[in-house]
Amino acid sequence: MNRATLLVLADGRFPAGGHAHSGGAEAAVAAGRIKDAADLAEFCRGRLHTSGLVAAALAAAAAVGVDPLELDEAADARTPSAALRTAARKLGRQMMRAARATWPSAELDALASVRPKGAHQPVVLGLAARSAGLGPEDAVYVAAYESVSGPATAVVRLLSLDPFDATAVLARLAPDLDRVAADAAECARRVPIEGVDALPASSAPLLDIGAEAHAAWAVRLFAS
Amino acid sequence: MHLDHSHTHDGPAAVSADAVRPDGRRRALRVGLGGPVGSGKTATVAALCRALRDELSLAVVTNDIYTREDAAFLLREAVLPPERIAAVETGACPHTAIRDDISANLEAVEDLEDEVGPLDLVLVESGGDNLTATFSRGLVDAQLFVIDVAGGDDIPRKGGPGVTTADLLVVNKTDLAPYVGSDLQRMARDAKAQRAELPVVFQSLRSEEGVSEVAAWVRERIAAWTAA
Repeated sequence: MNRATLLVLADGRFPAGGHAHSGGAEAAVAAGRIKDAADLAEFCRGRLHTSGLVAAALAAAAAVGVDPLELDEAADARTPSAALRTAARKLGRQMMRAARATWPSAELDALASVRPKGAHQPVVLGLAARSAGLGPEDAVYVAAYESVSGPATAVVRLLSLDPFDATAVLARLAPDLDRVAADAAECARRVPIEGVDALPASSAPLLDIGAEAHAAWAVRLFAS
Repeated sequence: MHLDHSHTHDGPAAVSADAVRPDGRRRALRVGLGGPVGSGKTATVAALCRALRDELSLAVVTNDIYTREDAAFLLREAVLPPERIAAVETGACPHTAIRDDISANLEAVEDLEDEVGPLDLVLVESGGDNLTATFSRGLVDAQLFVIDVAGGDDIPRKGGPGVTTADLLVVNKTDLAPYVGSDLQRMARDAKAQRAELPVVFQSLRSEEGVSEVAAWVRERIAAWTAA
């Protein structure tokens, strides 16, 4: 247990590029699917149990020392949208830079050398956690929380939503976060024995479709 | 260096302001341009590109707030070949991308050096922002803050990190001063009071001198960077 280190990695201000991404919220707002705090809560719940779960399991597997290249391929296979694969690699590269400066390790260097343009963000996040001395049970929480905190912050900017309401949405999601973190950690524990097929592959087709449409917009606030 | 690394850098540079690239070459000088919306940052970048492109190898990174208009403007004006202009998306917060979380900008700068380098100079333009928006020293080596006479001649007096700490303060659109009732002498006096010995340039890009004073300042910076 290294609680303070976990706080540093999980801090929304950790300089790894997340602030420029809405996690699909900008597309959902434009499509009229998020209009208020209640919609935001449903959006976040959906994202958490789909792409959030997958991200958390990938991060946990990287944190226990599964080959990051194998996980990177598994992440590709679980990300049907090309726009989201691009965004994940971009964010992975930014996470790599921040991680190598904060918790340098030979494992991070090795992954940076073979994926200079970025591996999938959850994989790098898990490896960063490992380099920081954190375990899979920490990595799952960071990844799962990020999957909802990003959209919540973005919707505050996009809809001028009351920031207290947005934070309350996140607070109400705590039991779901616990459950997803536990499920993801359990999947990751099985990967060293069963291989990457033990990782979840849940998906949210509307997030994929929205991301593809969003990537083609000429005018947007967020990169994804 | 920020940390004592116990291992060598065999991948891409992990730390921000390292003067030497992984291949051992000294990297380009990076100059940031910040300032309020509409003060003439993009026009200054365009003029600098025209003034310097024949003597220096240069590239530009733009940080738009919600569009790619600044990059599109530079492309339309053909001040540089398109492969020398990169746009960074900032999630509605250019000050975050140039100061608090500089990772996307560092990647844009490094990619430009990899793809069109070697470069002597990279101009990093912020989207229009408030008077507190300054660049991280982990991203740029020097920064200009561009204000204009039409934005109010009290801006130098108001100060703020941009006006008081930028390596060069540029007061733009001086040709408009008589039409908007701005007192250039007062602006110069206030700027001097806020900035002590730090330089201030008054310019009109419509005049014959145009961007020449700022270009001269950039040349001095390049000379110092190359000699260091």
